[in-house]
Amino acid sequence: MTATATEHVKLTMAQALNRALRDSLAADPTVVVFGEDVGALGGVFRITDGLTAEFGEDRCFDTPLAESGIVGVAVGMAMNGLRPVVEMQFDAFAYPAFEQIVSHVAKMRNRTRGRVTLPMVIRIPYAGGIGGVEHHCDSSEAYYAHTPGLHVVAPATPADAYALLREAIASPDPVVFLEPKKLYWSKEEVELAAPVPGIGRAVVRREGTDATLIAYGPTVPVALEAAAVAAQEGRSLQVVDLRSIVPFDDETVCAAVRSTGRAVVVAESSGFASVSSEIVARVTERCFHSLHAPIRRVTGFDIPYPPPKLEHFQLPGVDRVLDAVDDLQWEDR
Amino acid sequence: MTGDAHHLLPSPEPVTLIGVDGQATGDPGHAVPDDTELVRGLAALITARRLNDQAYALVRQGRLAVYPSSHGQEACQVAAAQVLTGDDWLFPTYRDTVAAVGRGVDPVEALTLLKGDWHCGYDPYDHKVAPHATPLATQLPHAVGVAHAARLRGEPTVVMAMCGDGGTSEGDFHEALNFAAVLKAPVVFFVQNNEYAISVPLARQTAAPSLAHKGIGYGVPGERVDGNDLAALLAVLGAAVERARAGGGPQLIEAHTYRMQAHTNADDATRYRKDDEVAAWVERDPITRLERHLRERGLVDDEQLAGFAATAEQLAAHVRDGLHRDIEPDPAKLFDHIYAEPTPQLREQAALVADELDREGALR
Ligand SMILES: Cc1ncc(C[n+]2csc(CCOP(=O)(O)OP(=O)(O)O)c2C)c(N)n1
Repeated sequence: MTATATEHVKLTMAQALNRALRDSLAADPTVVVFGEDVGALGGVFRITDGLTAEFGEDRCFDTPLAESGIVGVAVGMAMNGLRPVVEMQFDAFAYPAFEQIVSHVAKMRNRTRGRVTLPMVIRIPYAGGIGGVEHHCDSSEAYYAHTPGLHVVAPATPADAYALLREAIASPDPVVFLEPKKLYWSKEEVELAAPVPGIGRAVVRREGTDATLIAYGPTVPVALEAAAVAAQEGRSLQVVDLRSIVPFDDETVCAAVRSTGRAVVVAESSGFASVSSEIVARVTERCFHSLHAPIRRVTGFDIPYPPPKLEHFQLPGVDRVLDAVDDLQWEDR
Repeated sequence: MTGDAHHLLPSPEPVTLIGVDGQATGDPGHAVPDDTELVRGLAALITARRLNDQAYALVRQGRLAVYPSSHGQEACQVAAAQVLTGDDWLFPTYRDTVAAVGRGVDPVEALTLLKGDWHCGYDPYDHKVAPHATPLATQLPHAVGVAHAARLRGEPTVVMAMCGDGGTSEGDFHEALNFAAVLKAPVVFFVQNNEYAISVPLARQTAAPSLAHKGIGYGVPGERVDGNDLAALLAVLGAAVERARAGGGPQLIEAHTYRMQAHTNADDATRYRKDDEVAAWVERDPITRLERHLRERGLVDDEQLAGFAATAEQLAAHVRDGLHRDIEPDPAKLFDHIYAEPTPQLREQAALVADELDREGALR
């Protein structure tokens, strides 16, 4: 199965990611894929399914179980002409690689005045909503977004998963690619060769005039559902999907908020010192005079990710989003 | 898997080919390197010592922010560079400036970071020397990656990956050895055991019989070598490089040496070790030992030695000149090289600093 220019296929996000890896491996002989269980098994989420069979052990291989080693070896391979795409098995299991990511992946270009660049992708199945037990559901984006030198990307649709992963692999800079686990099985018609906005661009997923919901990754479908419910109640909500946390698209986000004058940020991760706090700060600094109400946030609580039976309390749901929208001082209008 | 680990074991004592008295030991397992290699090595040792002492002096004059000297460890530094070819890579630590210079890096460039600039000072691809790593052992997995990439392309590259005794306790040391073994990556892990990690002695670092034994658990052969005997280092490291190049996989070499000076100028070594301990290592000095050996065999004379000293002096003068000028890191450059293309946010921040600089300039 090879892509033709106008091929339309119905794909889950998992299949779209697999397709992106396959097409990148086929297009560029310097791309290599490795990590834990990515070979014969195809990864615990099957994102690398069939890649070893199709491209051989040198292009897609299992490694020892050592995340720092995986990322550190990828740094060396990237230094020496390859484009590694590594998989961390779960969000909370990427932490052993944190030092490599922060001290080397993020800084190599700077330390060498641009002579050594690291075109590499760190794929991380991420966030909650799949009934996972402890250490399997962390929203870790703030750690990476806080570190200068990394791009941080979180797709919310199969089409974006395909396009953004291909772009991430082609990027001259390291990209932390956050794959919302609970969206792996979401499905849509994908036009593989369709031009989509690149890394660093947010998109308006739904037009609306009364308030703007700002979401990324796993909360985009929540925001869209909230907007659909609100529409039945006579309120028109706009939905912005960030797609890329770093670089951050101030332009699109601020234009959206200025157009409605009200905003709610919806994110799964704990709210304190988070990407959602950053968004509120940035938008307030830039759009204060367009705002009719303080920006509200609907985020996870500041607690360790709860067990499966309690996770629905932690995850931003449609009702909480609509309650936050109700709080946006409508009487002032 | 086989249970026999015998071939992975290091020799019971560190390999020595030229003793403290300058006499060949007649070790049956290893040949003494060629005379020309030894003479070349002595010249490099003399330059290395001069470079160490010059850099140390520059710290006292405020010309360098800090210098972790390899004074006393020069044989390790020289051998690490001398056994490599131009295709090979060196991954140094902060203490391995001399080894980087041995690969051809300009010492002024190699010392840029220690002078207080924000970048590593040299182009790592020019001489295939990675930027020196400060977070301990983190460079070792990179070395494995460089080696594996070369191997995938069928290139003959071997990678020399350096660290200290303290570094062997870090997780990345273990992960790197394990990856290298599983991938059969052509890496020589070279540990300079200088007895101390800042103030912490080896006994607090490990309960292993030797650091070279640490390879066994990963299926990596280990060897121990007298780190103040250039002949032994050239033989043992050279054999490891050849084995790796021929597809034999990684090896772990532990050199027994001693840090003759404090960890850096900021350290007070009298707080954790006695002067007589240091004095005992003076007689094992790598330069006197090799010089004695070569003199006794008539391979060097006073005139030649004077020539080596003059070359070393020229390099020291070059370093003094190069580091004499104050660096003035350009604040506008702080925003370059974060990404291939600056983000909109970095553009804004760079503009803010540029504006501050303009206003400062206007005031002057
Ligand atoms: C990860 C990390 N922890 C701590 C330090 C601080 N530190 C710098 S050098 C050093 C001692 C290292 O000793 P060793 O590996 O034996 O090398 P040596 O300095 O003796 O050459 C320490 C603790 C560091 N650079 N990196």
